[in-house]
Amino acid sequence: MVASTSKYKYIDCDPDLCIGCQICEYVCSYTKNGEYNTYRSRIRTVRVDEVLITAIACRTCENAPCVIACPQDALSQDPETGIIHIDARKCDGCAWCVEACDFGAITLNHQTKLAEFCDQCEDQEEGPQCVLWCPKEALSLTTPDQRAQKSRRERVIEEVAGPKKSKE
Amino acid sequence: MFGYSGKILHIDLAERKTWVEEKSEEWYKIYIGGVSMATRLCWENIKPGCDPYSPDNPVCIANGIFAGTPVPVGGKYGLASKSPMTGFIGDSLSGSWFSIALKRAGWDGVVIHGASENWVNIFIDDERIEFRDATKLLGLGTFETEEAIREELADDQVRSATIGPAGEHMVRFANVTNDGRQAGRTGHGAVWGSKKLKAVSVRGTQGIKVADPDTINKLSFDITKEAQGPHTSKYRILGTTTNVLNLNKLGLLPTRNYKEGVFEGAEKVSGEYLHDHHNVKTIACAQCPIACEQMSIVKSGPWTGTMTGIEYECLFANGPNLGISDMNAVIKLIDIADRSGIDAITMGVTLSWAMETYEKGVFTAQDFKCEKFPEGFEMKFGNGEAAVTTAELIRDREGIGKLLSDGTRIASGKIDKERGTETWKWAMQSKGLETAGYDARGLKTFSLGSAVGTRGPCHNRTAAYDPDIQGEVDRFKVDEKRGLLAKDTEEYAAVYDTLPLCKFIRRCFTGKADRAGAWPTIAQLINATTGWEFKYEDIDLIGERAHTIKKAFNVREGWKRVDDDLPWRWKHDPMTKGPSAGYVTTDEELEYMKDLYYEAKGWTKEGLIPKKKLIQLGMPDVAEQIGV
Repeated sequence: MVASTSKYKYIDCDPDLCIGCQICEYVCSYTKNGEYNTYRSRIRTVRVDEVLITAIACRTCENAPCVIACPQDALSQDPETGIIHIDARKCDGCAWCVEACDFGAITLNHQTKLAEFCDQCEDQEEGPQCVLWCPKEALSLTTPDQRAQKSRRERVIEEVAGPKKSKE
Repeated sequence: MFGYSGKILHIDLAERKTWVEEKSEEWYKIYIGGVSMATRLCWENIKPGCDPYSPDNPVCIANGIFAGTPVPVGGKYGLASKSPMTGFIGDSLSGSWFSIALKRAGWDGVVIHGASENWVNIFIDDERIEFRDATKLLGLGTFETEEAIREELADDQVRSATIGPAGEHMVRFANVTNDGRQAGRTGHGAVWGSKKLKAVSVRGTQGIKVADPDTINKLSFDITKEAQGPHTSKYRILGTTTNVLNLNKLGLLPTRNYKEGVFEGAEKVSGEYLHDHHNVKTIACAQCPIACEQMSIVKSGPWTGTMTGIEYECLFANGPNLGISDMNAVIKLIDIADRSGIDAITMGVTLSWAMETYEKGVFTAQDFKCEKFPEGFEMKFGNGEAAVTTAELIRDREGIGKLLSDGTRIASGKIDKERGTETWKWAMQSKGLETAGYDARGLKTFSLGSAVGTRGPCHNRTAAYDPDIQGEVDRFKVDEKRGLLAKDTEEYAAVYDTLPLCKFIRRCFTGKADRAGAWPTIAQLINATTGWEFKYEDIDLIGERAHTIKKAFNVREGWKRVDDDLPWRWKHDPMTKGPSAGYVTTDEELEYMKDLYYEAKGWTKEGLIPKKKLIQLGMPDVAEQIGV
C-alpha cells in the first residue's frame, strides 16, 4: 500500500522542467552538512533515462511508514508540518525507515550512521534552499491539494489553447 | 590546500598496480586543471616519439577546480594522450558527473600507463582501485556500458567514462564518452581500445570543501540566476543548432564536403526545424543551470524512435555537409556516432570525402559492397541511407569502413597511392584532423586559428571566427592585426578549457564576455575556491600557459612550421555561391599571418618557443627540453 500524502507540504519536482543539473543536491548538502556532496543530500535527482528526470525528497506522509517502522522509536512527525524529526540518541542506523519509505527519500549518513530527512529547511529564514536555487523553477514547496489545483488549471489551459508548447 | 586533494593517481594496466603522486601547490598554480593539467601529465608521463597506440602513450585525466561545487558549468574534466589522428597532443574536454565523482573520490588527476592483456574496467572506489573484468561489456554502446556498470555495482551514483564498439575496434576517431557527453575529436577511444581499457568508473563519496563558501555560494547563486536570462537564451532555446541558418546566411555553412557555403536545404535541417519537429526535452550536464542539449527524436520512417542529443557541429557535418536535408537521417547518423563512441564531426567529414570521391568516379558502387548490400550502393550526396550504412561500416571496421575508419588523411593517402588519384585535395583535414563547421575561406582570422591549432583545426580551441563574424575585422582580407587576434582568441578559449568552465556561461558574469567582463569574476571564483590570490593578469597567464604546454608537447613530438597548414580546398578552390563565393586563403596570406602570429606569441620565426619565454611562464623543465 502506498502511503497517503494528502495533508502536509513537501518539496515537489516538475519533471517537465527538471534538467537534471543536481544543483539542489549541492545546495542541500552544503546547507545541512557544510560540504558539497550529493551522497549527503536530502533531495535526490533521479534520471530514469535521458529525458525522464525528476527530484525526490521526503513527502511528509500522513501516518508516516518510517515513523511506524522505526524499532527504536527514534522518529517522530511534527503534527503541524508533517516534518520527520530524528532523535540522534535513539537512532542506531538500522535503515528500517529507509526500507519503509515508498519514495526512497531517506538516506543513511555513512559517517554519523544516522538517517537523514528533508526538513524543508525549517531553520532557514528563506525556506527550502533547493527551491530558492533551482534554475528552472522545477521545485516548489507544495501540498497535494495545491498540486492538484495546478494540474486542473494546466489541463483546462491545454484543452482551450492546445498542447503546451515546449519551453519558451 | 582547498580545491585540490594534491594527489594524482597512477595506474599501470600491465602490472596491475597503482601508486599515488603528490603535487605541490606551485605546480597546480601553473597548470590549474582541465586540458592544461592533462597535457602536462601527458608531457611528464609519455615516452616522446612513441606510437600513439603503444603502451608508452598514457591516458591522462585532469579534473577541474570547480567540479563538485555549485559554481555553474564547472563540472568538466580534461583528457589527454598523444593523438592517433594527428601524432600531436590530443586534448579533449567532457562535461558532467564523471569529473564530480572523481573529485569526490579525492583525485585531481589520473594517469593510466601501459596496456592490459584482457579487457578491463578500472573502478576507482574512493581510495580503493579495482581492476574489473570487462569482457561482459564488450560490444555494448557507450550509454549501455555505463548503465551495465551501474547495475553491476548497484549504485546509481557510479559514473563511468567508456568506449563503445568503435573504440574497441580502434576506429581512429573514436571518442571516450561519459554521462552522454563526449571527449571528442582526437581519437581517445582508439587509444583506450589499444590498451583494452573499456571503461573507468568512479564512486566518490567524500564531501568537497572550499576556502570561502559564502563567496562561492553568493557568486554561484547570482550566476545561476543570470544564466536564465538573455545571455544564454541562444543556448537554452535552440542550443548551438541556431548556427545553421546564421552561417548559411553568411555563406559559411559547410555544404557537400565544403564545396559550397550555402545549402538549399538549410531550413529543413535548421535548429528551428529541429526544435519544432523533433525536440523531446532540453537537458543539462551536471552542475549546469543553462541546459543546452536538444534531445531529439525521429518520429517517422525506418529510424522511428531513435533519440539523441543534437548540437551544431554534429548537425552540420552529417547534414548540409553530406547534402542531406532529411533531419531523420541526420539524427540517426548522430545517434550511431554517439552510441558507438565516434567523433561525429570527423565521421561526417569522412563520409563527405567518400561521397565526393564517389561522385568524381574514383569510388564506384563496388567499393561499398557489404553484407546488407552485396552489390554495393550509390554513395551520393544527399543519400541518407548510404551515409547511415557507411557509418555502421565505420563503427564495425568492415568493408569500406576499414579504410574510412582512419579518417580522411590516411584514407585519401591510401586511395591515391593505389589508384593514382588526387583525392587528398578534397580531404578536409589539417594535421590529420578534420575541419569544423565554419568555412574558413570566408573567415581570414579563423583560417589562421585553424592552421595553427595544436590539436588540428578546431572551433573549440580557438574562437578566431568571432572577430570575423562580429565585423571587428574585414573577414575577407588579411591585415597585421590577425596574429594578435588569433593569439588572444585561442588563449581566451584556453582559460575556459583549463578551469574548466563551459564557455556558454561567459556572458553571465557581468553581461560582457570579453576579458574585462569575465576575468574579475573568474579570479574571485578561483580565489574563493582555493584560497589563492589570483589577479586579472593571472587569468591571462592561465590561457597562455595552457596553450604553451600543448605547443611544447607538439614541438617535442617533431612539430615543424609546415605543419601549421590548411586543407588544400581552403587554399585553392573557391566557393561558387553565396556571400563568401570567390575567396580562398592563399599560401602567401597564410604564411604572412603565421609570421604575425608567431611574433605575437613571442616565438621564433620558425614557430619555436624561446627558452626565456618558457622560464618566464614558470616552465623551466620544458625550457630545458624544447626551448631555443
